[in-house]
Amino acid sequence: MSALAWQIAQILLVAVLAPLATGYVRFVKARLNGRRGAPPWQPYRDLLRLLKKEAIVAPSASWLFRAAPYVTFAAVWLAACVVPTFTTAIALAPSADLIALVALLGLARFWTALAGMDVGTAFGGIGSSREMLIASLAEPAMLMMTFSLSLVAGTTQPAQIAAFILGGDIGVEVSLGLALAALVMVAIAENGRIPIDNPATHLELTMVHEAMVLEYSGRHLAMMEAAAMLRLTLFMALISCLFFPWGMALPGDGPAAVAVGLAAFLAKVAALATALAVFETMIAKMRVFRYADFLGGALLLGLLATIFLYVSEAV
Amino acid sequence: MMGNVTLLEFLSAGREVAGHHPWPRFQLDARTWRRMVEQMAVSNWDILAEWAEPTEIHVALRGEDSGAIAVASHPCPDHKFFALSRVRPSAIRLERAIRDLWGLAPEGLEDQRPWLDHGRWGVKRPLGSPRISEGRPHAYRFLTAEGEGLHQIPVGPVHAGIIEPGHFRFHAQGETVVRLEERLGYVHKGVEGLLAGKPVAEAARIVGRVSGDSTVAYALAFARAVEAALGVEVPARAHWLRALMAEMERLANHVFDIGAICNDAAFAIMLSHMGMLREKILRANAACFGHRLLMDRVVPGGVAVDLAEEGWEALAHLLGNFRKLFNKAVALYDNTPSLLDRTTGTGFLPAALAHRFGAGGFVGRASSRGVDARKAPGYPPYDELDFAIPVLAEGDVHARLMVRVEEVRASLRLIDQILKQMPRGPVAAPVPNRGGEGMAVVEGFRGEVLVWVRLSEAGKVVRCHPHDPSWFQWPLLEAAIEGNIVADFPLVNKSFNCSYSGHDL
Repeated sequence: MSALAWQIAQILLVAVLAPLATGYVRFVKARLNGRRGAPPWQPYRDLLRLLKKEAIVAPSASWLFRAAPYVTFAAVWLAACVVPTFTTAIALAPSADLIALVALLGLARFWTALAGMDVGTAFGGIGSSREMLIASLAEPAMLMMTFSLSLVAGTTQPAQIAAFILGGDIGVEVSLGLALAALVMVAIAENGRIPIDNPATHLELTMVHEAMVLEYSGRHLAMMEAAAMLRLTLFMALISCLFFPWGMALPGDGPAAVAVGLAAFLAKVAALATALAVFETMIAKMRVFRYADFLGGALLLGLLATIFLYVSEAV
Repeated sequence: MMGNVTLLEFLSAGREVAGHHPWPRFQLDARTWRRMVEQMAVSNWDILAEWAEPTEIHVALRGEDSGAIAVASHPCPDHKFFALSRVRPSAIRLERAIRDLWGLAPEGLEDQRPWLDHGRWGVKRPLGSPRISEGRPHAYRFLTAEGEGLHQIPVGPVHAGIIEPGHFRFHAQGETVVRLEERLGYVHKGVEGLLAGKPVAEAARIVGRVSGDSTVAYALAFARAVEAALGVEVPARAHWLRALMAEMERLANHVFDIGAICNDAAFAIMLSHMGMLREKILRANAACFGHRLLMDRVVPGGVAVDLAEEGWEALAHLLGNFRKLFNKAVALYDNTPSLLDRTTGTGFLPAALAHRFGAGGFVGRASSRGVDARKAPGYPPYDELDFAIPVLAEGDVHARLMVRVEEVRASLRLIDQILKQMPRGPVAAPVPNRGGEGMAVVEGFRGEVLVWVRLSEAGKVVRCHPHDPSWFQWPLLEAAIEGNIVADFPLVNKSFNCSYSGHDL
């Protein structure tokens, strides 16, 4: 029974926390840039404002364009619901594994890219084509990282991987370090952060994710924005769950342990968000044709992580 | 074809027009004009500006070796003239604009499309013999590029950022730009029509608003042109104050450009640093001269405000602090490989093209063309100041940024010298109501700003033509982006930072 309760709590938590996490990253970046910055809760206001506004749809748009925001949002939200955040004892944990997660994110991306092309503007097409380029490189890297983790833990379920690492019968593992690096790089690409994409840019020609959603307005845009915020929170939760599960409550723990888990999760998100803001401030965006180098690096790290496992077993 | 003939030797075949200062103006008949165009094909004379009157065409030329400047004029009562663009591609847009505004037909100009006139003015040839038109926009035929997998990307005229309007038509193959064509003219304000008949003081305010970021350069060029036409002797202190303002304007624009270029590579912290530095300058401007952008501070006859003693101290204090912060920010640029990777090798402009188009400012200087109006033809007080013009040969975004960095340092040294050596005395001389013709070339932050003016005996402006350096830089942007990727265009564009307003006039 409590698994269901915690599951519902998690569903609400990720949805409520996502705008705050994004707002916090923006806030820290503004402070690092010497600006006062909007308060971290500004994204709530933005989403509310967008929801109240009229949604304008281009005459050339098909039903795809209208449906895409909801499909995208639903897919990302679902993905965010199955990655354990503060406790591994959630109802959906057994049904979700990392490969399904990759598929859910792929579904969201597929719909967003279709919507980008649907209206027929040049920018949407550019954005979709770049997004697919990134996807074709990021997804194998993500899978590779998944494989090496599942080889270590013997499972592809995030909850069990977390439990395995918390179990403590694992030393310092080179493979895990490499897999973490691969996941961070994939997370940067998936979320369209610098150096792959600049979420704050106004330059249409340089956009990736923003170019695909350029034609959206009102509630459609709110859904797309919320999905992007959820995706960022999801990746922070995933990194925390797979590599830093400490503090997380396990099945059978009481409410006190769950409270500790919640506090630990919030602290982890804050730390990751701060790290992201600092990293983004220190680096410039890379050229489009360098994406392959960056994500190829992620793929290579994932691959190395797997090979190391076999080598360390063999010798 | 003649061999090595200098510009002045050649033009003296025409009739020198009296009362044009400080450089001579020659009136050429059809044959001599034609020979001049032919001679330009083999000489390295630069076109400084080309403009018209209802039945006359003018071109300001500079002999690159001698540095001699002169204006050649050619009456064309039949409303056509032998086009300079036959031999100089830099004149193509100037002559298309001349056809739009004055209705003079450039013979031999292949491009028959209008340039500034988009058909929305409700009038044709507004400066020539105006005719009411229906005011409906024409269809504009962009140049094409053909090949497999090519697609077009239309960008603008309204952009997502707070910048001026202009349309860019890309032909791209995947991410690679095959051809870029600009379409400008969206901010045509009819400045030349507005200037005709205005008293000098009022005209000075209008010219000062041709391109707001270069208001000192334009006001200075206009003031110097008027002073040349009327033979006004400007007090020494006014010259020094003008130079001080011009350098402050250069500083403010250059530091902000440096930040904005980095910001377009998503390196926002540079824009923050540079924005703070620019703000310091603007506040110092407001404190010393009463206007953040120094609008209307340079007036014909001198300057509108003197620099008080406390202003002098504030400036000296600002400079010490400024240099330290600026060097720190430049070090940040130098030590960020991800940023250097974006700017180095991007948007390459070959030196030959920069010379061919006579590009000035940082665009020319980053591609080996070290022309600076402060050195040649030169104007006071720069002849008494010690400064160097940075010239680089790389021609990429990085080079254009580094030229700005060096110019900022040079301007800081100049301001130092100006503050130390500035003489005392009056800051303005009376401007008599007389007639005359004058021209001036002044170094703005983008390059050479030229103003030509003709005054009536009552001291009013009969004709005034301001020429922006961007005329010769915009076409080069099209060349620089070729073969680059679409996503690098904003970066390259910002490194050129051409003026829309000054070009569209």
